Amino acid sequence: MSILVVAEHDNSSIKVATLNAVAAAQQIGGDIAVLVAGSNCAGAAEAASKINGVVKVLAADNAAYEHMLAENVAALIAQIGTQYSHILAPATSNGKNILPRAAALLDVSQVSDIIAVIDAETFKRPIYAGNAIATVKSTDSIKVITVRTTGFDAVAAEGGSAATESLDIVADAGISSFDKEELAKSDRPELTSAGIVISGGRGMQNGENFEHLYKIADILGAAVGASRAAVDAGFVPNDMQVGQTGKIVAPDLYIAVGISGAIQHLAGMKDSKVIVAINKDEEAPIFQVADYGLVADLFNVLPEFEQLIQQ
Amino acid sequence: MKVLVPVKRVIDYNVKVRVKSDQSDVDLANVKMALNPFCEIAVEEAVRLKEKGIATEVIAVSLGTKVCQEQIRTALALGADRGILVESEVALQPLAIAKLLKAIVDKEQPDLIIMGKQAIDQDNNQTGQMLGALTNMPQGTFASEVKIEDGKAHVTREVDGGLQTVALNLPAIVTTDLRLNEPRYASLPNIMKAKKKQLDIFTTEELGVDVTPTVTTLEVEPPADRKAGIIVESVAELVDKLKNEAKVI
Repeated sequence: MSILVVAEHDNSSIKVATLNAVAAAQQIGGDIAVLVAGSNCAGAAEAASKINGVVKVLAADNAAYEHMLAENVAALIAQIGTQYSHILAPATSNGKNILPRAAALLDVSQVSDIIAVIDAETFKRPIYAGNAIATVKSTDSIKVITVRTTGFDAVAAEGGSAATESLDIVADAGISSFDKEELAKSDRPELTSAGIVISGGRGMQNGENFEHLYKIADILGAAVGASRAAVDAGFVPNDMQVGQTGKIVAPDLYIAVGISGAIQHLAGMKDSKVIVAINKDEEAPIFQVADYGLVADLFNVLPEFEQLIQQ
Repeated sequence: MKVLVPVKRVIDYNVKVRVKSDQSDVDLANVKMALNPFCEIAVEEAVRLKEKGIATEVIAVSLGTKVCQEQIRTALALGADRGILVESEVALQPLAIAKLLKAIVDKEQPDLIIMGKQAIDQDNNQTGQMLGALTNMPQGTFASEVKIEDGKAHVTREVDGGLQTVALNLPAIVTTDLRLNEPRYASLPNIMKAKKKQLDIFTTEELGVDVTPTVTTLEVEPPADRKAGIIVESVAELVDKLKNEAKVI
C-alpha cells in the first residue's frame, strides 16, 4: 500500500498536525509520501523530508498554491492521487476545506475525522458531537481520510531522510482568488498542540477580563481558548473557539474558567488528560467531566491562582 | 440571482443522543427532529440576500425520506420561495448527495448555493466541497461573511489562524459557519403560507444517480466515560493537587 499525506505547513516549516496525520498513516501501514503544496515552500519540503517514517516528499511549488485555495490544491491532489491506496490530511481548516473536493474529483467517499485505525479500510470516528463513536468500513478503491489530530500522537519531526521530488503540475482553476487574511498574532503556543490550555466562557463577562487568563497562560506556557458563547459575545476572536465546530484539543491539562460545559464545548475538550473547572454554579455540566472542580467566583480565584503557581 | 439552499433533517440539537443497546446506531425512535442549525443559517443568509434585492428566488432542497418535507416547509416558512425533495429510502452519503444536488443544479442553474458546513448528526463536513468539485464551482467554506460585489462572491472564512477572505467567480458555493447570521423565527402567518408554496418531488432514479453507499457503519458505541472527579475547597488545594497529584504544572 502507498499512502499520500497532505501536509499542513506555512511554506517555511511543517505544522505539528502533519506529524499526527503521518502517525495515522503509519498505523494503516505502507510507504508514506508527503505532499507539500505551496509557494516558495522549499523550507517546508525540506522539513517534511526529515519526518520520521516518510519515504518521499512531493513538492508542488507554485503561486497557484500560495493560499491553499481548495479549487487548485484539490485538483492537484486528484491528479496525483490515483497512484495511492490512501490519501490523508489532518482535519485542520485546510484539510477539511480541500480533501472532500479532492475525493469527489476522484469519485470516492471521504471518511472524516478518524480517531483510530482498526485496519487499512476500517476506522473509528466520532459522530453526534462525540456523543457516539462509529466504526466504519470503506470499500472505495482509494480511501480519502481526514485525521483528528488529537487521536494520534505525533511522529518525530526528525530522523527521516526522504527523497524530494518536484512536481511541475500547475493546477490553476482560475475560478477563485485570495482577497486578504486577518491572522491572530500570538507568542503563545497553538491551541491544538499546546500541553496546557486555559479557556474562558461567558462567565468572563468581557474581552478585557481575558487578560487574567493571558497572564496565567504566560506563566504556564499555555494556550488560551474560549467557548462558543464567549466568541459569539465578541469577547475574543473565532480562532480561539474550542468545541464541536471550533478546535478540538486534548492537552495534558485543560482549565475551563466560567464555562458551563455545553455538549458542543465538551466535544472539543473532553479527551484532555486532566480537566479543571472553575465556575460559581455548582450545577454546571462542566463539573461532570472535571477531575478537579472549584465552585467559586472566577474573579476571586484567578488572581490567587496566578500568585500561587508562580511560587 | 437564483439561490439554491440544500437543507438536512437531523436530530434536534437539544436532544441528548443515546446509542442503541445493540450498538447498530444511535436511537432516533420518537426523538425530536429539526432543521440542521447550519442549514437554518444558510436559509437565513439566502432570505437576507433576497430582502436586499440581490437574490430573486430562493429554492430549498432536501434529500431523504418523505418526512424531510417538514424541514423543507420550515425553510419555506423562514422565507424560501419553493422547495424540492429528492426522495430516497436509502440513507444517503455525502458523495451521493453531492451527485443528486449536481443534477438539481443542472436543472435549476442557480447563481449561488448556500448550505451548512456540516450536519450535527454525522459531522462529515463534506457535501459542499464535493458539490464544488462536481459542478466545477468555487467554494467559500466556513463562511462568517458573504458579500456579492462586482459579479463575485467575497466570502470571509473562519480558518485555524483567524479569518481569510476569498473572491469567487459566480456561480459559487458557500458553506455557513455559526457566526454568519442569527436566524429569525418563523412567524405563524409565514408557517401557514409555507404550506401553500410549491414543493416538487424527484426520485434518485429520475435524477439518474447511483446512491449505493461505499462506507458501511459496522458499530456505534458510546464514548469512553470520564470517571467523576473531586471538588476542591480552595485555590491552594487546587494548585497543590495539580502540582503534586496530577503533576501537570
